[in-house]
Amino acid sequence: MDSLYVAWRYVTWNRGKTLVLIASITLVAFLPLALQALLNESERQLRTRALDTPLLLGAAGSALDLVMSSLYFDDEVPARIDMRAPAVIDESGLAYPLPLYVRFMARGAPIVGTTLDYFDFRGLQLAQGRLFGLLGEAVIGAEVSMRLGIGVGDSLVSAPDNLFDIAGVYPLKMIVAGVLADSHSPDDRAVFVDVKTAWVIEGLGHGHQDLARTADSSVILRQDAGTVTANARLVQYTEITPENIDSFHFHGSAADYPLTALLVVPDDDKAAARLRGRFIDDSRYQLVRPDTVIDGLMESIFRIKQVIDAVIVIVAIATLLTIVLVFALSLRIRREELETIFRIGCSRMTTVRLLAAEILIIVTVSAVLCAGLLWLIHINSAALVQGLILR
Amino acid sequence: MGTATREKMISIQTLGFSYPGAGFRLQVPALSVASGEKLAVIGPSGSGKTTLLNLIAGISVPDAGQVQVGETTVSQLGDAARRSFRITNIGFVFQNFQLLDYLSVLDNVLHPYRISSALTLNRPVRQRALELLDQMGIAGLQSHPAHALSQGEQQRAAICRALLPQPVLILADEATGNLDPDNKQLILDMLFARVDDNGATLLAVTHDHELLPRFDRVQDFADFRGASS
Repeated sequence: MDSLYVAWRYVTWNRGKTLVLIASITLVAFLPLALQALLNESERQLRTRALDTPLLLGAAGSALDLVMSSLYFDDEVPARIDMRAPAVIDESGLAYPLPLYVRFMARGAPIVGTTLDYFDFRGLQLAQGRLFGLLGEAVIGAEVSMRLGIGVGDSLVSAPDNLFDIAGVYPLKMIVAGVLADSHSPDDRAVFVDVKTAWVIEGLGHGHQDLARTADSSVILRQDAGTVTANARLVQYTEITPENIDSFHFHGSAADYPLTALLVVPDDDKAAARLRGRFIDDSRYQLVRPDTVIDGLMESIFRIKQVIDAVIVIVAIATLLTIVLVFALSLRIRREELETIFRIGCSRMTTVRLLAAEILIIVTVSAVLCAGLLWLIHINSAALVQGLILR
Repeated sequence: MGTATREKMISIQTLGFSYPGAGFRLQVPALSVASGEKLAVIGPSGSGKTTLLNLIAGISVPDAGQVQVGETTVSQLGDAARRSFRITNIGFVFQNFQLLDYLSVLDNVLHPYRISSALTLNRPVRQRALELLDQMGIAGLQSHPAHALSQGEQQRAAICRALLPQPVLILADEATGNLDPDNKQLILDMLFARVDDNGATLLAVTHDHELLPRFDRVQDFADFRGASS
């Protein structure tokens, strides 16, 4: 204990050197462990989400883009399919489809156009309010609610698709009907709307003044028998309300309306296998198992991690050598002190014990700091992975 | 050192010592210091005064002759035994005080007890340390860091450190060499008083001839045959 006391006095006296040593050791120990913890959590989240999603149908192309967009709402928008795809699945009699249209954003959160079945499929619970029931209503994830400070009854405006497309999509003001409970999944940071609302945001459906009833003739460009053409003065609604909801309508063929993917839920494993067989050589669609796509991704990530690990080992060795050098130089600086205690009668073992106690204190403080940081990483790993890696 | 007698504290016979590779050779034909005696050792720089202290303390080992402190032949002890003997029987006072900056004054005084298993730090020892600090007039500075003290105060603290284990022999190497004239007398007064209190023997190396009359005896190194070989 005496050696520890003397060592403690020394390391606290030399605060600068001690802090640098502690910081170096802590970081060298913490970085690889934290990276490993975050990668483990990423793998767990990616795999869990992928395993919970039996099959995914999308346009032929990158399977990874399809999975990342449909499961994790990644920014990369895959090639689109249309509303004929659900019919194909329905007609197979082997599975049921859940439509997904993930293209737009609202205040930094992805807007996911889907149906109410999605919430049952993912096992999502409401923390406040109810699920969307009307066109223009939204259900927001827990993180969106917390980050934006909004809840039931508040509104959220979709971001314009393209600022320079004057004839394009108007921002749509959506009313928050419900807030989901925290699920530690990408659903926490998404805004869910009915797929028809997503099409309204796309501009495929819209609401405006009733030209047949309007008294303002200045909005009418041309009027033929049975056809009224409006000019640019026509008021387009940017919010769907009980008063104007009846004016909203869709143009074109419903079969042509876009989706980014279908979550395909097969009746059983045999049905899944048969269904996959049907899409093997399909030139328009790809039907993928998300877990196999994620396995491939994880293999790539872990190959990168092995490189990072090797770099960290080299940095650790360099740090260790630096620490040895620091102690060696420290001994040189302290030669007078060591000479004094030798002349007083200090034993050789005591000198070794004093130095060992200093190293023990520094390593112990570093270990405690490292453990504390790792504990913080551990308790926040789900959110950190969501915020830093799977965003 | 229960076996040391008070009659003859230091006994040196035909002592010879050379540093490896150096031309200098210390030779002390005979030196005897009585128990309780205050001996001043003088001589020109490089004549081997500090080397003699190191040989008496067992820091260095002679290559000829022997050094006896009390009834213990220090020169025949092994390294660990010499260290243990030194910390329990000999108090060192250095010219540059050699206090540790990172310790308080009290911790510096208690330091020998923290670096050797031969000494046991307990409540009576702490009490004695406080009494020593009080006797040396620096009790109020016990919590101050050593570096914050004046040179005179630092040497007083160093004397407390040397005296705390109640050694039978005090070796002072130019103990007043870095002090101003007023502090020299004061420190010497205090050192002599504490040595007398403890009934210890004092062997002090000094260049200061003004202080010599205060010692019981003066040993001039010119009387020895320190010579280059």
